[in-house]
Amino acid sequence: MHDRIYDFSQLTHHIDQALRSVMSPTWTVITELVIIGLIFLGFYALLGLFLVYAERKVCALMQNRIGPNRVGKWGTLQTVADLIKLLTKELVYIKRSDKFLYNLAPFIVIVASFLAIAAVPFAKGLQAVDLDIGIFYIIAVTSLGVIGILLGGWASNSKYSLIGAMRSGAQVVSYELSVGLSLLSIVIFTGSTRLSTIIASQADGWWIFKGHIPAVIAFLIYLVAATAEINRGPFDLPEAESELTAGFHTEYSGIKFAMFFLAEYMNMFLVAAIATTLFLGGWMPFHIGHWDAFNRIMDYIPSIIWFFGKVFFIIYVIMWFKWTFPRLRIDQLLKLEWKYLLPLNLINTIIIAFIVMMGWYF
Amino acid sequence: MSLSAIIFYILAATIIIFSILTVTSRRILRAAIYLLFVLVATAGIYFMLNYQFMAAIQLTLYSGGIVVLIIFSIMLTSEVGDKFERPALWKLLAGVSTFIIGTGLTLWVLLSHVFKVSDQQAIDVNMRSIGNSLLSLHKGGFVLPFEVISILLLAVMVAAIIIAKKEEDNTKSDEI
Repeated sequence: MHDRIYDFSQLTHHIDQALRSVMSPTWTVITELVIIGLIFLGFYALLGLFLVYAERKVCALMQNRIGPNRVGKWGTLQTVADLIKLLTKELVYIKRSDKFLYNLAPFIVIVASFLAIAAVPFAKGLQAVDLDIGIFYIIAVTSLGVIGILLGGWASNSKYSLIGAMRSGAQVVSYELSVGLSLLSIVIFTGSTRLSTIIASQADGWWIFKGHIPAVIAFLIYLVAATAEINRGPFDLPEAESELTAGFHTEYSGIKFAMFFLAEYMNMFLVAAIATTLFLGGWMPFHIGHWDAFNRIMDYIPSIIWFFGKVFFIIYVIMWFKWTFPRLRIDQLLKLEWKYLLPLNLINTIIIAFIVMMGWYF
Repeated sequence: MSLSAIIFYILAATIIIFSILTVTSRRILRAAIYLLFVLVATAGIYFMLNYQFMAAIQLTLYSGGIVVLIIFSIMLTSEVGDKFERPALWKLLAGVSTFIIGTGLTLWVLLSHVFKVSDQQAIDVNMRSIGNSLLSLHKGGFVLPFEVISILLLAVMVAAIIIAKKEEDNTKSDEI
């Protein structure tokens, strides 16, 4: 049925064969690792630039402004100019800070999101590693990011940073539960944590349609909890300008600040990519039952466009949240998680397990 | 030397070096971070063994859970400049001698034991088989220990909530 969709593993297989004919197996592996690393680095940088631009445009749209419009056509080069400005800024060193941990913190944050991106399936056959534990691996490595935030806040030796980091830590650790539980619901439906299997199970319909109302509830909980986990508005308490200046990265400048900033946008991309893969069918085209002609036309749209289209839609929704909802207070934030989302999620998980046991899904 | 051997030696060296740094560092938060490196490198070794489930458990539970808790408690109690005092001589001597005896004993056991190479087929340890055997009632199933541990954890959580709970009298906080 999906033979019409181009399989990227053909391309990667050709590259692999070509490399193997020139060099020894060991060097092939090393070269491939370097190539993949460079591709991801480039992707990371470009996506970061694009997302910052998109955020400013979406913000402007919500506030009835035009947004950046001076540098380049429609202001597209604005973020490039901002990047150059950030890179040329002085790196401020603070006295009486723990230099080693202070410098280490941005790297931990960025490495955590970089590790996770390895398992994301971008298109059919376009995935760096297809682990059996797939989604569990992503949850595991992204949970390391909070350590960088905590370290950065503590090592700066500043009250604002410390309080910001504590808030961020409490927030991330609590909302991780809801994220994990809502993802678990789809794992119950598919009976597998391997991302390629999860996508393959959505060939005849995405889980958000196939899984009835519980899947929709899980999706909504995931969106709320994931937005809180990446410290974005309306849950951006760690960076409360009015009371904490910039929170945990108050004392960072130049490229180190840029790394925290980039990691935040990459985490937003990751959250959207996971939501896409689990709830919206990943790179699977949109199909309606037996409308064969319609389904065939949908298949002609490349899978990579389907993936990025869905991802950017979810990113747009997350940005929409940020610019339209008022912020929560810290006690309201924790109450929302522990008193509402978590019990709801637990009940939802039990209902889904019951549905799967009775076979009441499509 | 093959690539996997090189990676193994890098991971092993990381584990050894950072383990030593963890116990010798006089700054408590740095010690916690060195411990984090040890745990992450151990997860790397699990990945090399193709035991991915264990590696992910190592990352979520130990690195993402326990180290975060340790860092949290350190953040609440100590400041950037704080350093431990140097240990007393007799403590140092006791520690070093325990280390030497322990290492010697472990090495002696490891080196004198002949490891037999098994000719059996490697079992594919995927999440499905782990989940099935955890909840299996039949031979080789672990449903009893699994449930006993669940009850223990539940009791621990209830106890923690009771200890952390405020007294009834001063609950009139700023509820909105």
